[in-house]
Amino acid sequence: MNTAIRIFIGVFLTFATAWIGLVLVPHWQLKDLQSQKDEALGTLNPAPYTGLEADGRRVYIDLGCTYCHTQQVRGGFYNADLERGWGSRRSHPLDYIYDEPQLLGTMRTGPDLANIGVRQPSEEWHHLHFYDPQITSPGSIMPPHRFLYEKRRIQGQPSADALPLTGEFAPEEGYEVVPTYRAKALVAYMKRLDQSYDIVEEGDQ
Amino acid sequence: MNAPPIPPEKLPEIRSEIDRSCSMPCLAWFASSMFWLIVGTIFAIIASIKMHNPEFLGDTAWLTFGRVRPAHLNVVAFGWGVPVAFGVLLWLQCRLCRVKMVWPGVILAAVVIWNIGITVGTIAILAGKSLGIEWLEFPTYAAFLLFLSFALVAVWSMMTFAQRRQDHVYVSQWYIFAGLFWFPWLYVTVQVLLILLPVKGVTQAAITWWFGHNALGLWFTPCALAAGYYFIPKVIGRPIYSYYLSLLGFWTLAIFYNWAGIHHLIAGPMPAWLVTTSIVGSMMMIIPVAAVAINHHMTMRGNFKLLKYSPTLRFVVFGAMAYTLTSLQGSLMSLRAYNEPTHFTHHTIGHAHLGLYAFFTMTMFGAMYYIVPRLTGREWASSRLIRIHWWGSAGGIIFMFLVLTIGGFIQGFEMNQASESFESAIDKHGFFGGLKQWFAGFQDRNGAVPFMEIVKGTIPYLIARSVSGVMILVGHLAFLALMVMNIHAWGRKRFGPTLFQRGDKTYTRLMTDELEEAKEA
Repeated sequence: MNTAIRIFIGVFLTFATAWIGLVLVPHWQLKDLQSQKDEALGTLNPAPYTGLEADGRRVYIDLGCTYCHTQQVRGGFYNADLERGWGSRRSHPLDYIYDEPQLLGTMRTGPDLANIGVRQPSEEWHHLHFYDPQITSPGSIMPPHRFLYEKRRIQGQPSADALPLTGEFAPEEGYEVVPTYRAKALVAYMKRLDQSYDIVEEGDQ
Repeated sequence: MNAPPIPPEKLPEIRSEIDRSCSMPCLAWFASSMFWLIVGTIFAIIASIKMHNPEFLGDTAWLTFGRVRPAHLNVVAFGWGVPVAFGVLLWLQCRLCRVKMVWPGVILAAVVIWNIGITVGTIAILAGKSLGIEWLEFPTYAAFLLFLSFALVAVWSMMTFAQRRQDHVYVSQWYIFAGLFWFPWLYVTVQVLLILLPVKGVTQAAITWWFGHNALGLWFTPCALAAGYYFIPKVIGRPIYSYYLSLLGFWTLAIFYNWAGIHHLIAGPMPAWLVTTSIVGSMMMIIPVAAVAINHHMTMRGNFKLLKYSPTLRFVVFGAMAYTLTSLQGSLMSLRAYNEPTHFTHHTIGHAHLGLYAFFTMTMFGAMYYIVPRLTGREWASSRLIRIHWWGSAGGIIFMFLVLTIGGFIQGFEMNQASESFESAIDKHGFFGGLKQWFAGFQDRNGAVPFMEIVKGTIPYLIARSVSGVMILVGHLAFLALMVMNIHAWGRKRFGPTLFQRGDKTYTRLMTDELEEAKEA
């Protein structure tokens, strides 16, 4: 049994040390991060998600947006993220304390979304873009998400939230396209993605 | 160990008894993994086509890109990769311990539980119930079934090991032992810390990538290395070159691989020390990789001619070479300078396929070419189908790796460094002049190439990737046909191994060596 015990102790110890180093220690280091209060505006940075935003985040996860979009502005000598206007500063661990699960992402088939709420504040833009990305971004390879919208016959007056679709994208005469709850939640989540606030680091005061 | 060792003259008889006892459980793992391999390849092709043709199946929420892609990953990793490794390592464990399979019923139960887990997990992803954590998309109920099944296999393997009738513990067994111990621990840790009692914010990202990386390093790698260490010496009929190199390779892998993973978050919102630690771990992996590469190469030396004939050897050696390449590339990719253009691009996808397909999957194919005829008592029916499988899989993966690597480089340089797109530089200055001009702009890092131009630039590479996917699917269908024919005893009955081609003396030697083994089976 000598060999087996030797292998067992070895694989146990090698794994345990890495587990302490890469899981426990960062957990201890980062577990006490808390939102910071902006005294002038009276806001929390970052703020907890509202119900609608949290639902939108759920839609973002369920449709797998994270497989093509990151949510992190890189820093250090990786300067291009800032040059592209994807953010005004490098992302910080504090920005993510309400994220469960984290959606940092691994792929930039599409652009980074850490600050999409700042870059594209228009709800209409987001709805048109989700309905068919070719409307707002011709040549995009993002899939259309028409299944988040409902096409229905106009009853009397057109709905206030109907999408302003024109040309080849417009529905037949007498019909309109309106967002479902999931589409509205997703847009609310997009608008909330905003890391433009300043973070006060310990020792900065 | 507990029972007395076996006298050598009884070995052939014992071997064939062992093979018979493994037949049902191992074939059950192989058959189910083949099913998921085909499903996973089809998901891959759907996802790949969607990347250059977003309207393809665009109105079905179930088949939107963001669901098909994780479905592909989970089906090939957990539906194909883990079960096929189970089949191979159960057989290896029995052969190397020289004991018959004990309680095959337990293993069959594990097969059923595992496949229920994969089925409900995959449906959950397509229905939008994914947990949204890469590599861990399956909902908790599916993950629990997988864990249960894994635990059965791990405990069973330890029991077999405890009954062994062979004093010497072969290097393959170290890897099997370690993999079966590491993976459940890793899986439970991440399930608890990410899903049941989630830790805060970016610590989750660290744990996710620690898992994503270690699933490869502490499970798929040990399994494929165990197979490589067994089949290369077995087919060429001579012992492994150096026992001490294999010791070195094993223990340095155990020490260093665990520490890698956080380098997936270079320059992200992570404490720098954490990322740097993982870069060090990743670079240190050069030691075990070199040890394994030298060991395999020296074992093979003088026998490369056999690659012309033996399917097992050709697939396994291809896998071993891919291991060296993918590992060295991986170490490079962890360096900040190389990481800058390649991170977040298709380059990474190419690397992932080099590891999981060219290394792991090809090694498993090689192992199955050896094991399955011994389980069914019947040789492969057609050497033409084996050739189609080889050219589809090997050709497809090489092509895919090349297009994703090159396309990813261009995409990454345009995104991070260059001040004009590759295409416009070539248009203006011709190929070589343009290339020179393009490289010269790399110091700017001004993000001047419009994002949409970068996207458009990747499309030809994405189309080529779809072509490579179809090549691989053709290979898989040929292998599926071979498996079905073998299990159902269709086709001409052959004696001795089915080889790629007939030939000279080398061929005759391989035939006789393997014939000896085959007679025993």
